[in-house]
Amino acid sequence: MRREGSAFSGLGVVMLKELSDHLTSVRMRVLEWLVVLVALAALYGAVQQIEDTTAQDPFLFLRLFTTSRDPLPSFVSFISFLVPLMAIGLGFDAVNGEYNRRTLSRILAQPIYRDALLFGKFLAGLVTLAISLITLWLIVIGLGLLLIGVPPGGEEIGRSFLFLFVTIVYAGVWLTLALLFSVLFRSPATAALVTLGVWLFLMFIWPVLAGAVAQIIAPPDPRYLALGLQTPATAVTEQILARLSPSTLFAEVVVALLDPTTRSLGPIYLSQLQGAVLGAPLPIGESMLIAWPQTVGMIASAILVFVVGYVIFQRQEVRA
Amino acid sequence: MSTDVVIEAKGLTKNYGQAVAVDHISFAVGRGEIFGLLGPNGAGKTTTILMLLGLTDISAGEVRVLGFDPAREPLSVKRRVGYLPDTVGFYDGLTAADNLRYTARLIGFKRSEREKRVTEALDQVGLAEFAEKRVGTFSRGMRQRLGLAEILMKGAQIAILDEPTSGLDPHATTELLAIIRGLKSEGVSVLLSSHLLDRVQSVCDRVALFSGGRIALMGSVAELGREVLGGGYVVDIEAEGAGFAERLALIPGVSGVEKTGIGKLRLHADRDVRSEAAAEVVAMHGRLKYLGVQEVSLDAIYSRYFETRPDEEMTMKEGARHAA
Ligand SMILES: Nc1ncnc2c1ncn2[C@@H]1O[C@H](COP(=O)(O)OP(=O)(O)OP(=O)(O)O)[C@@H](O)[C@H]1O
Ligand SMILES: [Mg+2]
Repeated sequence: MRREGSAFSGLGVVMLKELSDHLTSVRMRVLEWLVVLVALAALYGAVQQIEDTTAQDPFLFLRLFTTSRDPLPSFVSFISFLVPLMAIGLGFDAVNGEYNRRTLSRILAQPIYRDALLFGKFLAGLVTLAISLITLWLIVIGLGLLLIGVPPGGEEIGRSFLFLFVTIVYAGVWLTLALLFSVLFRSPATAALVTLGVWLFLMFIWPVLAGAVAQIIAPPDPRYLALGLQTPATAVTEQILARLSPSTLFAEVVVALLDPTTRSLGPIYLSQLQGAVLGAPLPIGESMLIAWPQTVGMIASAILVFVVGYVIFQRQEVRA
Repeated sequence: MSTDVVIEAKGLTKNYGQAVAVDHISFAVGRGEIFGLLGPNGAGKTTTILMLLGLTDISAGEVRVLGFDPAREPLSVKRRVGYLPDTVGFYDGLTAADNLRYTARLIGFKRSEREKRVTEALDQVGLAEFAEKRVGTFSRGMRQRLGLAEILMKGAQIAILDEPTSGLDPHATTELLAIIRGLKSEGVSVLLSSHLLDRVQSVCDRVALFSGGRIALMGSVAELGREVLGGGYVVDIEAEGAGFAERLALIPGVSGVEKTGIGKLRLHADRDVRSEAAAEVVAMHGRLKYLGVQEVSLDAIYSRYFETRPDEEMTMKEGARHAA
């Protein structure tokens, strides 16, 4: 049975309205300020650290993103946990908010499909996040120029631009997750709490848990243990498990993109980035190849989560 | 069925798991008609409405709205049908006009047309001066009117109103019913649900009484009255003078005369005998003080049908008092 008309009629209208709601909302302004302030602090730390240590570094500009100075984490670490917060902040009440305002049945009685409403809300959130992240990126580049005084090379710009793109994808993953929970739970507070719970779990608990679970699935070989090495099977299992979390995927992509010396992606954490293995830097194309599977993984998980939310939303009763 | 049927349901059924919310109902709404779905809470009125709009799946049966199947051609149906949900909500942060503009954009009206339609619709429901006020400041009555403005703005051929008068004070109810009559006079067919029987009675051409997911009774209020209350007219007379009762009993069609008080009589007849009764009283030089026919009331039909019978309860209470 084919549906009549386009699934996307009304999509643009919904998107524009949601976008203007987001851009004028107090919530968004608070989130933006939070991100900007935190990013500035990280940047300041990075610049000081760079001035203290580095003499000659061909990728000085990229160090802005990855260098940290105690007690502040690096810019990318900040981003990797603030971006999910922004995305969740924008998405947690997207659908259940319409229920609670009793607007859903009225809007769905207009000649549009539910597809347009859900996808419009997703796009609006994504565009909002993209606008904020692009602004932030421009701020970093501008301040970097001022503070370091050395203009970035073309490759550095390219790499940091890819980083921007991947960050938007990463934001999209969390946005779809927030949308999913806003479909599942009628109460925005519940949806927000559950999404934050999932965020905490995937971000901080899962990377640790993955190691423990890997030890059970693939027990370490005593011969490797005797040598003080990690059993390869265990390490691989741990890595596969850890990659179920979008934060892990994001961290790996960032390592590949912002540290040109990265030749392969093992289980590394952002905190280890500073002292990454020395070696000849790879050209940008090869770094992209290394980061490619993880990027696709993030996009795929965003699509998967969105589809699940979409299917549930299609079957949901509209009455409040 | 004739081509002037705008909504037609046949054997329409909705199951929620084991529970049956709507059970094989069939009805038809004609063009330009005001059709009422009446029934107690949980009778299945809202569920029926949602099925007509394609907003919930149909478990069994068939519906045609303006000839379209809401399940297969939801956009065609929704383009032509306006819907006022039972608890209508708007975006509180937007103005009344902006809320309507958003809907107008969703429908796909061009910019110039949009402005014209929004202004006219707000004017028609008496919200013109509140057009640029935020809906957050609106009272319940104003929101209901804004909901009707949306239907007007849409230029819908059918208006489906779920409990349009619930939660409104008598004045606001009267205003709203006037707007609903206005819809009818513009050729819009109206399907409305309610449990406020007496007020709704005054606007509905035909009603369907719902009970437990089924249509118990359907027809015009007068028809239902005849069917349920056993038909006939009840005429009350109050007059000064004597000996009317015998004369009035002779009027053709009068089946009984009852004395209800000093100088008060009640006639039971199979037609409206007011003019003859008045003529008799005047002919006997009586002073006619009151003459009225009891309207068939949906309330009476309803309670009689569902056998809560308020009259009977009252007689029983009176009986108890007498006994005491
Ligand atoms: N999502 C649902 N799941 C299960 N049962 C439901 C659901 N929605 C409604 N029902 C049941 O369907 C029946 C009909 O409900 P409906 O809302 O259509 O009644 P109604 O006539 O509109 O009542 P009211 O006057 O209170 O609005 C009720 O018994 C209700 O409990
Ligand atoms: Mg209802």
